[in-house]
Amino acid sequence: MAEEHRLITKQFREAGYTPDLDCYLRHGGYDTLRRALRVTPEQLRNEVGVSGLRGRGGAGFSCGLKWSLVDRRSGKPIYLVCNADESEPGTFKDRQIIHLDPHQLIEGMILACYANDVHLAFIYIRGEFAEGARILNLALTEARAKGFLGKGILGGTYDLDIHVHRGAGAYICGEETGLLESLEGKRPYPRVKPPYYPAVLGLYQCPTIVNNVETLCAVKHVLAMGGTEYAKLGRPNNTGTRLVCLSGHVQQPGYFEIEVGAVTFRDLIFDPAFGGGLREDRTLKAIIPGGASAKVFRADEKVTLGGPGLEGAGPKRKVDVLDLPYDFTTLTAAGSMSGSGGIIVLDDSTDIVAALANLSEFFAHESCGQCTPCREGSLWMAKILRRLGSGQGRAGDADQLLHIADNIPGGRTICAFGEACSWPVQSFVGKFKAEFETKEAGV
Amino acid sequence: MSSTTPSQTTAADTLTVRVNGREVVVPRTMPEAVSGKAVPTTMIQACEAAGVTVPHYCYHPKLPVAGNCRMCLVEFGTPALGPDRQPLLNPDGSPVIRQSPRPAIACATPVSPGMEIYTDTDGVHAMRRAVMEFLLINHPLDCPICDQAGECKLQEYALDHGQAASGFDEVKVHKPKTVDLGPRILLDAERCILCSRCIRFTRDIARDDALGIINRGSYNTIAAYPGRQFDNNYTLNTADLCPVGALTSKDFRFRMRVWFLKESKSLCAGCGTGCNLLVGSRENRIHRFTPRQNDAVNSCWMCDEGRLNYRWVGRGDRLKSPLNRRSGATEWGTVLDETADLLRNASRGSVAVIGSARATCEELFLLKKLCQHLGARSDCVPREGEADGLLVSDDRNPNSHGARLTGVCFTEIGINLPYLANDIEAGKIRTLLVLGEDLTKPELELPTDLLGRLENLIVGDILPNPTVDQAHIVLPGCAHLEKRGTFINVNGRVQRFFKAVEPPGQAMPETGWLGGLLERLTGEAPARSAEALFNQLAEATPALKGLTWAALGDQGVTVEV
Ligand SMILES: Cc1cc2nc3c(=O)[nH]c(=O)nc-3n(C[C@H](O)[C@H](O)[C@H](O)COP(=O)(O)O)c2cc1C
Ligand code: SF4
Ligand code: SF4
Ligand code: SF4
Ligand code: FES
Repeated sequence: MAEEHRLITKQFREAGYTPDLDCYLRHGGYDTLRRALRVTPEQLRNEVGVSGLRGRGGAGFSCGLKWSLVDRRSGKPIYLVCNADESEPGTFKDRQIIHLDPHQLIEGMILACYANDVHLAFIYIRGEFAEGARILNLALTEARAKGFLGKGILGGTYDLDIHVHRGAGAYICGEETGLLESLEGKRPYPRVKPPYYPAVLGLYQCPTIVNNVETLCAVKHVLAMGGTEYAKLGRPNNTGTRLVCLSGHVQQPGYFEIEVGAVTFRDLIFDPAFGGGLREDRTLKAIIPGGASAKVFRADEKVTLGGPGLEGAGPKRKVDVLDLPYDFTTLTAAGSMSGSGGIIVLDDSTDIVAALANLSEFFAHESCGQCTPCREGSLWMAKILRRLGSGQGRAGDADQLLHIADNIPGGRTICAFGEACSWPVQSFVGKFKAEFETKEAGV
Repeated sequence: MSSTTPSQTTAADTLTVRVNGREVVVPRTMPEAVSGKAVPTTMIQACEAAGVTVPHYCYHPKLPVAGNCRMCLVEFGTPALGPDRQPLLNPDGSPVIRQSPRPAIACATPVSPGMEIYTDTDGVHAMRRAVMEFLLINHPLDCPICDQAGECKLQEYALDHGQAASGFDEVKVHKPKTVDLGPRILLDAERCILCSRCIRFTRDIARDDALGIINRGSYNTIAAYPGRQFDNNYTLNTADLCPVGALTSKDFRFRMRVWFLKESKSLCAGCGTGCNLLVGSRENRIHRFTPRQNDAVNSCWMCDEGRLNYRWVGRGDRLKSPLNRRSGATEWGTVLDETADLLRNASRGSVAVIGSARATCEELFLLKKLCQHLGARSDCVPREGEADGLLVSDDRNPNSHGARLTGVCFTEIGINLPYLANDIEAGKIRTLLVLGEDLTKPELELPTDLLGRLENLIVGDILPNPTVDQAHIVLPGCAHLEKRGTFINVNGRVQRFFKAVEPPGQAMPETGWLGGLLERLTGEAPARSAEALFNQLAEATPALKGLTWAALGDQGVTVEV
């Protein structure tokens, strides 16, 4: 029987745990910080490198590598920004941390800041999280009052302050360079890379680290247990634990913390410790494995893994989708991604065209509109799908959708939203083409 | 608006790349468009150096890079490195090139040594076709009534990179079609391709952060900031920069199909900067000015005031016929004979000349000859304003250096005017020749009845004014748009301009009647053509030594002034 492995969620899911500082301190809060301040920033960065921690915001980029790319010779200040924009449909993990254990995030941020010589950091929180922003501000006030933040932290020489900045309600503010523009008070148009890599030309054109809420909490645990110990969790290149958000047609939707790669989709959907199975008399139709932008899997799909040159170690073999272990490399090798950890389960009651229409509507609404393929393509796809879904289908619609979706991703756009809006279309239409073609007849 | 001169380059400053197989050596860095800071050379610049044009909408060499249109996507490869970080070599010794799996935008991607750029592959053509399709699906296709038609990048690239059929079968996005952005600019938001050139221009070049984008995604719309007008003195440049017909000049809108316009190279005479421009005219009527690129002078821009300063050229009340009010003669031969007689009979020292620093070098050259022959003292009229730190100069005369170099006035233009006025009042100067200036303008602070004291007032001008009204002899001249000549700008840039339209009636270039007078007075006919006159002037003037009309070219030459 599969089970959760709670690290980040361990304490705050205990009965009676409250988000205030006293409770956090009673549970050993800020002890890691106390110890970390006695070693050098380089040592801390090294621990994070050794831990193999990968970012939990969506791209799964190595945290240690990201930190190592920071330009430390520019003479400019280095900033750290916590990405709390959590807007990917199907994703609702960061908000749990913020609401239930804000000090864990703050401690993780202080550690990451100290490790990177950062003296000013921001939490960019999505505008809709008004309550989350209130809780964070309260927690920051508590932390300042107790000397965990401000000048001379814990009586030492290290200074740091953290500010909360609320977005105004746009998914694109989660894209790190769009986020930085927004934080600077501008329209959140993602920046062109090169040259605007945050590690070199980030916030106010200074070197900047952008990390996800969960990543920064994981940093705390890496430093608490040591990089080597942390790396023992999970699998090579897929270390530690991560939060998954299970939604859709399961008995027990919710968030769970798993050891990366230790559970499969079958476990996540059917095991009583997780989803607890589908609704009565329903069969599984599809799984969106990593937030709305991840390519969908058909329930009956067989995925080729392994073999020379292919990721997902081991000999070449065909694997049932349900037997795929939930980790970064396997899902990438399987042609999709674990993305933000948002798993959306669709059973046989789902109208696949309507489901895709819903997602595409979201992306058409959220495209920032800066670059041509995404701006025009995202709305075009949504319009066709709207039409298809309302009995106005026309011959060739499915192929037209694929044609559009093929012309957006792959480096043709400024940011990865191009992929985010076209991958669902490519995979839904590609894998359920018959259902789209049926609707072409206008039914 | 700074000019940049490429400095001496050495091998270490350059790198070699291949564009479609052809090797080209480019500098490692180039000056950034606005700041002038050295930044890595980009693919589009390397392609340009290789003579390969990469289609583009948002990129403009004089604006910061935006990278949003995606029209310039290219494929590329870089030399593969071995574990020792040394380039891997093919059996024939050539470097192994690792093709990038992703394309790159040529306008923003730096080149690196040994890079290979491909602009002509199936993949690149497919990407361009896709961008064209995306740009056109919501486009109104107003071409038949669109002012941009004929000089529209959307039309041009649709021809080069587009496809005949459209797969778009939905309702288009509709947006406002006549948005009043400011006093001189209208926006048709449906035609806008959101390239942000206009925003970048007004923010980074005109330094007036007036425009932005509202809404999201396909509904994005250009707008002036709430409560703000797009009304700086450079707004019309955005109508030029706009690659489509989204921003139009209220002045030019619906006036003329651009393909009917004859284009003549000229200059703006509005101030001492001398912005280079193209005159668009048809059937002897000027319809617009557009800036002509000259990095030593005006880059690609000009101010709105200068651009709109042409309507008067076609005014109905232009002076069209020479006139001797005393004899009633209205024919050039007679009027010039009578004028020459008058000057010949004037006693030495009783003639003075007031020229204009709006006159051409060639005219001033002849005027000076006339002064010398008559022993007449001379000066010109100063025109001062405030400099705006961009293009507009505090000297509102286009040719102050010309007036100084020819000796028609002293270093400080107008310094002689009070003395000349005194001598007129004292009755010492009894004959005055005025070229292109109204001496009754209050800012000159000359006595109001001054001209009435003269025995002979000879005035060459273009439009009626109180000085012309009082003249005994009126000699109608040409706007600089009706003739050829040179101006020397505030920085010593000697620049030529050409005739765009014919003068009205009997009006003739001032060199014509000045030459006619000189011939009558000296018995020798001076050269009449601007070329010959400029060459003689250059010969006679140390600061212009060695220059010829031909050597000035279309961009002019800077001299020490
Ligand atoms: C369209 C788009 C939306 C994104 N939204 C979020 C988000 O809401 N939260 C987040 O942490 N990362 C988001 N990301 C990923 C960020 O760009 C960035 O990779 C991440 O914050 C880095 O943190 P990590 O390395 O800790 O994962 C988004 C990316 C894209 C392209
Ligand atoms: S890909 Fe989409 S979201 Fe990203 S910059 Fe371009 S238009 Fe904006
Ligand atoms: S902008 Fe160009 S393509 Fe569009 S209507 Fe005008 S001329 Fe036609
Ligand atoms: S109005 Fe013209 S210049 Fe401005 S963004 Fe639109 S297309 Fe570009
Ligand atoms: S010209 Fe390069 S993206 Fe527009």
